Amino acid sequence: MKKTKMVLGLSLVAISGLIFMAADHADAPAVTGNASDITDVYAFQGQDTNNMVFVVNTQGLLSPGATAAATFNENVMTELNIDNNGDNVEDLVIQAIKRGDKMYFFGPTAPGTTGATSTVKTTAASGSVAISAYGSTPITATENGMKFFAGPRDDPFFFDLGQFKSILGGTATGFNNPGTDTFAGTNVLATVIEVPKSMLGTSATISVWAETKKKI
Amino acid sequence: MKTNKYKIVAMSLLFSATFLISCNNDDDNNSVTPTLDFSGSYVLQDQMARPAINTVFIGSGAPKDAFNTTIPSAMGAAYQGVFQSRLMALNPGYTTNLLGLSAAAFTGVLATDVLGVAKSGPTSFYNGTQVLTGRALADDVIDVELILIFGGPDATANPGLTSDHVNANDKTFLTSFPYLASAW
Repeated sequence: MKKTKMVLGLSLVAISGLIFMAADHADAPAVTGNASDITDVYAFQGQDTNNMVFVVNTQGLLSPGATAAATFNENVMTELNIDNNGDNVEDLVIQAIKRGDKMYFFGPTAPGTTGATSTVKTTAASGSVAISAYGSTPITATENGMKFFAGPRDDPFFFDLGQFKSILGGTATGFNNPGTDTFAGTNVLATVIEVPKSMLGTSATISVWAETKKKI
Repeated sequence: MKTNKYKIVAMSLLFSATFLISCNNDDDNNSVTPTLDFSGSYVLQDQMARPAINTVFIGSGAPKDAFNTTIPSAMGAAYQGVFQSRLMALNPGYTTNLLGLSAAAFTGVLATDVLGVAKSGPTSFYNGTQVLTGRALADDVIDVELILIFGGPDATANPGLTSDHVNANDKTFLTSFPYLASAW
């Protein structure tokens, strides 16, 4: 009975048009398949535990054959937003934007204005790194105590999305064991930044989110 | 307005100058001097913190774009009710979850899409000890979310739906920067 109810619930969700793409890959029509599409965000303690690592991945589900042609866009800025007082408004931003064959980084610094519209904080330039080419050794840079990387990497996300779609569609009632990783063998364009925790304010915890912002 | 314009021009000049200085070594070749222009306004296109939030809880089409362009401080008021309806559609039997959260409380947390990160100690989405202290590459975030949505108060409800049985990435992560595995 319970199960029937749940399957019914799932079918209703499917009928109402919920298309599940995960984690955030191709999550919305305006960004799907372009440089603004964030697939995943990670924030974790670095190998040096005094540091925090931020990863923002974009342009998911790249097959090996499509990866070399995938590029960052000079009109799309990636912005990491950091709130350190719990009001869900950014107190610090770290910005990354491509010019030529390099990715340029700014911050952590207070944003000019908070919210949906930003300017690049050119007064807080923190470094740059050559964008790594597909198939070559990753190029990293260390400047101002921070580390930078930009380029194609394996998509670290894993999930049996296909089976979940079947469940939502009502053609399956549960996951398989073992499942099948829909994201196996696919790549993303990764931006990785490692920052001394001391540059992220004095709070014990922070709230983090990533945004892509396009030049108007 | 005019003042701002001048300020931006001045800032751009300053910044270009910095790069000119750093490129002095290029004087003896014909490479183009970088004249980097970072001016202009940049407007929100996509937003993300916790994995799969927009994809699971927001209806397809225009609502997904709307969620992506809502700033986190405005999300709670705009989306808690939407999330709760979606949660109850996914799992009509939902009472509470492993975190002891009611449907209203759970969706209240989820609707504001920010990722809590601890500044000291291990960082994990959930590892039995750490709860939402970050998101590490190897974290099985989907199982965590499935358990919280379908698993009931003790994670035992709907056993067919609480793990996708894909428990790790298809490539080994690096122990050092840039941490992500090489592309396929």
